[in-house]
Amino acid sequence: MVATVTSLGRSGLHDWIIQRVSALIMLAYTLYLAYFVISTGDVTFAAWQGLFASTFMKVFSLLALGSVVMHAWIGLWIVSTDYMPKLAIRMVFQVLVIVMCLALMIWGIQILWSI
Amino acid sequence: MKFSIYRYNPETDKKPYMQEFDLDIPEGSDMMLLDALLELKDQDATLAFRRSCREGVCGSDGFSINGKNGLACITPISSLKSPVVVRPLPGLPVIRDLVVDMAQFYKQYEKIKPYLIANDEPPAKERLQSPEERAKLDGLYECILCACCSTSCPSFWWNPDKFVGPSGLLQAYRFLIDSRDTQTDERLADLDDAYSVFRCRGIMNCVDVCPKGLNPTQAIGHIRSMLLKRGV
Ligand code: SF4
Ligand code: SF4
Ligand code: FES
Repeated sequence: MVATVTSLGRSGLHDWIIQRVSALIMLAYTLYLAYFVISTGDVTFAAWQGLFASTFMKVFSLLALGSVVMHAWIGLWIVSTDYMPKLAIRMVFQVLVIVMCLALMIWGIQILWSI
Repeated sequence: MKFSIYRYNPETDKKPYMQEFDLDIPEGSDMMLLDALLELKDQDATLAFRRSCREGVCGSDGFSINGKNGLACITPISSLKSPVVVRPLPGLPVIRDLVVDMAQFYKQYEKIKPYLIANDEPPAKERLQSPEERAKLDGLYECILCACCSTSCPSFWWNPDKFVGPSGLLQAYRFLIDSRDTQTDERLADLDDAYSVFRCRGIMNCVDVCPKGLNPTQAIGHIRSMLLKRGV
């Protein structure tokens, strides 16, 4: 067995499941947003704000954001271990991805909180 | 017919080059590519390649033939477009000309413990299987370890030390579903990391090239479901 490496889950299976489930959540979120835009007709600022004011949408958005971040990390980690054989480049890339994921998460929470 | 063959002798050549050959092959000949290579070797005795059984059972003469991996001995010349470009299997170190170093490939094979492990009480005579249990090994045991599949798999090119590869995984599944083997759980535990099985991206290059018509992608799918059943 390959020694535990810096992926997200506890095992290869764990990562694989997170990747599939997060994809489903993102899909559901996208569809929901598309449904909102289509069914609302005229998307005014008020309608948009109203949508995000509900607790349901806040939780759903946070879930979707978490999914984006986890999905991106696992996916880009795999890409980097495939295509970046140089350790230094791989490390810089991975650190960048982690920092960006965390920043995105904090920023997203802050935006959702302020509505 | 024209041939373009990969040549590299690390002792004398700075870098690999392609050597052009010409061979008169009568129209409608049922010659195989291996026969042609042997005739080319008559023209230039320094050309090196492996072969043994010349009937598709030993797995020695896997090459990249016009860009697709296959066994020279069962590839009819009539199926190939001139010029025929023959290169060593991709992704493995070249020892000389068309001869590659298969160590990394065999290491992955060794890793999956390609032998029956039965820790139960040995029966008086032999471990029996029902015809149904035996039938589960069909499409798996026929693998001749030619490495055509693993060396056509991008995931194996990038991580040949960590990703078991289609050939090894086909064999892993062969022992996972053998009714006589008692180590199923241990075998699965050994495969459950981010690389061994899960680096398979399902591109199916392996299925496309297997000269024995086997389906490693399907076997990998079965291993994944077994891991899933075990893990949840
Ligand atoms: S299906 Fe999987 S094992 Fe087969 S070539 Fe593609 S990535 Fe490799
Ligand atoms: S699965 Fe097919 S291509 Fe792969 S090593 Fe076995 S016989 Fe060769
Ligand atoms: S020479 Fe044995 S498989 Fe081709």
